[in-house]
Amino acid sequence: MSKNTVSNRFRTVDVDEYDENKFVDEEDGGENQLPDIVHVASLTPLCTGNLMEALQAVLKNPPINTKNQNVKDCAEGLVLKVLSAFKSSDVDKGVQSLDKNGVDLLMKYIYKGFETPSDNSSAVLLQWHEKALSAGGLGCIVRVLTARKTV
Amino acid sequence: MAYHSFLLEPISCHSWNKDRTQIALCPNNHDVHIYKKDGTKWTKIHELKEHNGQVTGIDWAPDSNSMPPSHLSRYRLGEVWKPTLVILRINRAARCVSWSPKENKFAVGSGSRLISICYFEQENDWWVCKHIKKPIRSTVLSLDWHPNNVLLAAGSCDFKCRVFSAYIKEVEEKPGPTVWGSKMPFGEVLFESGPSGVSGGAGEGAGGGWVHGVCFSHSGNRLAWTSHDSTVAIAEGGKTSTISSLSSETLPLLCVSFITENSLVAAGHDCYPVLFVYDGTKGSVTFGGKLDVPKQTSQRGISARERFQNLDRRATSSETTEQGLESLHKNSISQISVLEGGKSKCSTFCTTGMDGGMVTWDVKSLESALKDLKIV
Repeated sequence: MSKNTVSNRFRTVDVDEYDENKFVDEEDGGENQLPDIVHVASLTPLCTGNLMEALQAVLKNPPINTKNQNVKDCAEGLVLKVLSAFKSSDVDKGVQSLDKNGVDLLMKYIYKGFETPSDNSSAVLLQWHEKALSAGGLGCIVRVLTARKTV
Repeated sequence: MAYHSFLLEPISCHSWNKDRTQIALCPNNHDVHIYKKDGTKWTKIHELKEHNGQVTGIDWAPDSNSMPPSHLSRYRLGEVWKPTLVILRINRAARCVSWSPKENKFAVGSGSRLISICYFEQENDWWVCKHIKKPIRSTVLSLDWHPNNVLLAAGSCDFKCRVFSAYIKEVEEKPGPTVWGSKMPFGEVLFESGPSGVSGGAGEGAGGGWVHGVCFSHSGNRLAWTSHDSTVAIAEGGKTSTISSLSSETLPLLCVSFITENSLVAAGHDCYPVLFVYDGTKGSVTFGGKLDVPKQTSQRGISARERFQNLDRRATSSETTEQGLESLHKNSISQISVLEGGKSKCSTFCTTGMDGGMVTWDVKSLESALKDLKIV
């Protein structure tokens, strides 16, 4: 028999990778700041009870560009901690202290938080959601849905 | 504001003739209906049935009276009240069509990730098309020509808005330089909205949505586009990285049009048109106001029965009895067209939507009715 019927390595080639029409997302790459720094930056105000600062700190430098799932989970956990530490009456003030981008980012974290509910998180998140919605409007939610780089 | 309901089906696309007495529209099927205005009534005078797929775009060339509706199959018929077949050489749906300002060529955006520029070749007595392919990576949703007849803006599903040159040497002379660039060979990309799409705005809200509507200003120096992530952005030619954008609080806007050099009207899934004002010196876009303010219905007290009913149905015992939308359009607005005044000093514009209705809006009466509205 001829030689080329023996080799069947071609069967393991992923043809779709070579399709020239394949849509490749633009990668920005670049690891973001390590979560430790954010961790420290937000825990200090958290401990001292300065929740506004904690909120601002934890919403700075979101791990959007990184593909490291750990970093993202870490950041998300931190945000959830800060959000749960707020008193219900202070939620409104917290939202007011954010600018437009901050509200968009907050909404992203809220929806991310909805994905993995734990004991009390959903209730807290729902409160934040209501306030963020009145500040950001429906456009804010649309931006969460259409964002290609998730938090 | 006159609301006219043509049909129950959504109006997929519409186009007016030059003196605005006739409108061609597609009631979401294979035909094009042409209606003529008789005083306040509209009567259907023609039905063009030559397409074999849904008609997705219509553009009526004001002077030469020919109209190519684009549709979901590969061919397109240009009608001078007689159909002419134009072969586009695309293998997906044709999505939108637009005549150039001088009416010697038209552009078709399609799902096969390219734009076909078609022009009439005298020697062979038929329409020929050239393709712009690079670097478009997805369906082209909307097109708008620059007043110099050469530049074409295209918004597409790959989240970018671009300005291409559609210079065809067979039908026109070399264009002079514009703010968008001076070298304009066919297919050249003169502007592309960057990956982040904004400068100094939402840095992490990176370029998130399909570009639904694009529009050049009257002078051609400004380009506005609306995107599916509820943003509207304006770029000024010549200063490549200044893109001002506004993340709006409304649902995504589907169509946009300049009504003066600094103001835009946009409309979309929220069923009412809104005004945006662009400040060239500061490079910022601000929300000017909703253009559809419903009349205030008298506030009647809410009975106990209604309160409990609301609690049951909507979990709130609020007083607002919003049984339906309060805007004139009852469904998303899909297209805006300027009727009178052109894009520099528009005095009337028209919107059609998925509710089968068409509304003509008068700018002067809007300005007087809505006190805070200022159209600069």
